[in-house]
Amino acid sequence: MLLDPTSLGEVGRSDATLRRFLHGLPGVDQVGADTRAAALSTRSIKTTAKAFAIDLAISMIDLTTLEGADTPGKVRSLCAKAQRPDPHDGSVPRTAAVCVYNDLVGLARAELGDSGVKVAAVATAFPSGRASLAVKLADTRDAVVQGADEIDMVIDRGAFLSGRYLEVFEEIAAVKQVCLADGASAHLKVILETGELQTYDNVRRASWLAMLAGADFIKTSTGKISPAATLPVTLVMLEACRDWREITGELVGMKPAGGIRTTKDAMKYLVLVNETVGTDWLTPDLFRLGASSLLNDLLLQRQKMATGRYSGPDYVTVD
Amino acid sequence: MPTPFEYAPAPESRAVVEIASSYGLFIDGEFVDGTGTTIKSINPATEEVLSEVAVASEADVDLAVRAARRAYTRVWSKTSGAERAKYLYRIARIVQERSRELAVLETLDNGKPIKESRDVDIPLVAAHFFYYAGWADKLEHAGFGPDPKPLGVAAQVIPWNFPLLMLAWKIAPALATGNTVVLKPAETTPLTALLFADICRQADLPPGVVNIVTGAGETGKALVEHPGVDKVAFTGSTEVGKAIARSVAGTEKRLTLELGGKAANIVFDDAPIDQTVEGIVAGIFFNQGHVCCAGSRLLVQESIADELVERLKRRLGTLRLGDPLDKNTDIGAINSLEQLERIRHLAGVGDDEGAERWTADCDLPAKGYWFAPTLFTGVSQAHRIAREEIFGPVLSVLTFRTPSEAVEKANNTPYGLSAGIWTDKGSRILKTASAMRAGVVWANTFNRFDPTSPFGGYKESGYGREGGRHGLAAYLHVD
Repeated sequence: MLLDPTSLGEVGRSDATLRRFLHGLPGVDQVGADTRAAALSTRSIKTTAKAFAIDLAISMIDLTTLEGADTPGKVRSLCAKAQRPDPHDGSVPRTAAVCVYNDLVGLARAELGDSGVKVAAVATAFPSGRASLAVKLADTRDAVVQGADEIDMVIDRGAFLSGRYLEVFEEIAAVKQVCLADGASAHLKVILETGELQTYDNVRRASWLAMLAGADFIKTSTGKISPAATLPVTLVMLEACRDWREITGELVGMKPAGGIRTTKDAMKYLVLVNETVGTDWLTPDLFRLGASSLLNDLLLQRQKMATGRYSGPDYVTVD
Repeated sequence: MPTPFEYAPAPESRAVVEIASSYGLFIDGEFVDGTGTTIKSINPATEEVLSEVAVASEADVDLAVRAARRAYTRVWSKTSGAERAKYLYRIARIVQERSRELAVLETLDNGKPIKESRDVDIPLVAAHFFYYAGWADKLEHAGFGPDPKPLGVAAQVIPWNFPLLMLAWKIAPALATGNTVVLKPAETTPLTALLFADICRQADLPPGVVNIVTGAGETGKALVEHPGVDKVAFTGSTEVGKAIARSVAGTEKRLTLELGGKAANIVFDDAPIDQTVEGIVAGIFFNQGHVCCAGSRLLVQESIADELVERLKRRLGTLRLGDPLDKNTDIGAINSLEQLERIRHLAGVGDDEGAERWTADCDLPAKGYWFAPTLFTGVSQAHRIAREEIFGPVLSVLTFRTPSEAVEKANNTPYGLSAGIWTDKGSRILKTASAMRAGVVWANTFNRFDPTSPFGGYKESGYGREGGRHGLAAYLHVD
């Protein structure tokens, strides 16, 4: 990427400059990206590497519940699980965060206290993002005030797909400001909802747009749209993170979310990180897995590695 | 945490394959002792001797050709296409059933990573047999006249880079069209061909339809010069190919040659850059660069050359070189000491000519034959490393300024087996591809193979096509 870091600030000046920049990024060949992701997913992660990766994956989980039926009870039980995923084994690392809707942030905050598990809130009229900017900002502010450490916002896919890049850019920048207003320091995760963007070219452009506007993390999906996270989409986004660092020196985090259910899936994502952006990203500060059922499978595999036997679904907790 | 994510060793078990301490020749459906000497086949990753294999003498070759002739006259030429197809389907299925065994053996004997023998070589072997099985009873619809006839006995000599796959490319179309064969595998990689002989027996293929004679150059010479063969098919070096063409000249034998290459991989400035990097890696570092159609000359537009080379180097730093049986190995061993010395020699020539050598930082195992992924920048058309086939993991990087210069430089080689084109612009792909004097042109990909697609060369890369409908013509009277 032959680009002068000092000129990056100029890119967000108008729709035209943004379009010129984003459409000037190298294209993504879909077949090639799919092939590369598939090739990496054949890596064989065994024994010590597997044990390491299981604990790493657990520590990267944003344990998520985003249902209309969510209740304080459900969130309490999730918070307990995040802090001690396996009731019988204190050596299991805690998860990175608990991710909930706005109205449950205060409760999650109280439950998690200073355990180190972060509170992440989805905001900005999640999942569709179809609300006025004022509402989205109020939504974000509300979550930040209640004590959210992290805000998972959605981009306006309608604006993006119709080419109003400046609008998307300014909205992200405005949400970011709210995250940092009044002494707060919430991290901003920007959800691209790649299932709606469809092409990898769009995914690459949206990744850059989010990073230009100040994203701390870029995230694939809300989990409400199919397909959610896929390996090739994650590959393309990680490449954007890698190229961004090349120019700016900044490390932007990455979060695939939705559809990651098994230990095998999680291993594939970790391999992708390892071989695309490198070990610097193999930390919960820079890589998260948005998931819920994944945790139990990781715990079962962990038990299997410890005892040599598979236990069963009754040996992990339902939430 | 974070600590480095080290992949623990994940070796494929070699217990799935039984290797005999010695092998004879497969003639007329039986393994027989040769009358000549023997050679040792070794594992190039460890230098361990795997087995001792017979060197077929002239008399042994004569026996094999006679067996093939008998089988042709008495059985195979009278077997209907549908019946021949049954045998080919059966072979294809057995290859699939025994794929792990074949993959492990191929990796042991050749040195290629297990992930390539498992995911590329062996599946393609089965695919070729399935594909040509389908043609066997449809030859009258193949466009070669109402009743195209087989040639008779085919003498087939194959190289060591894809031992079983090259066998499949040769044997599947020959049998489908009603020919019988005598095949000689390369002297450093005979073992999967001998296992294939066992598969022929398992498939109840009539004796003599497939004969395997092992040995080196002398055996190959005896085979192609045998007056009893009707067809010679050779894959290997241009030098040997020329010698075969001379020896066959003036005889009735039909000849197809698939020889060397020095393929250009052309990267335009609008290429999808991350996939291009992958394609360059697949083009030259797949199978340690032991690929006749390898993209060994990278022709990159000057405006993106520095950036592309930087990205390429970063990517090469992630390649894992080592135990070929480890499922996570990307780069295996060089097939033989002789080949390793040739690669070292030509890389040295690159240094002497003033090109700049860069080598991926990786530890080479103490035993075995290894060469780290290497690229040379600052290479010009006049350099030997831009003209001669190195047949190893060595990439020469050249630049161009305009599309016409790219085409001119790409074609400026005595070879013409393959080429690659990288651009986001469809019209440029079509225009450039039609200007390439190369048998295979890949667009935004490289080194992809399929039994339905014909493969073969221009100029010193040989003549005749293998694969697809075109591949049938090499084994039929079509004139």
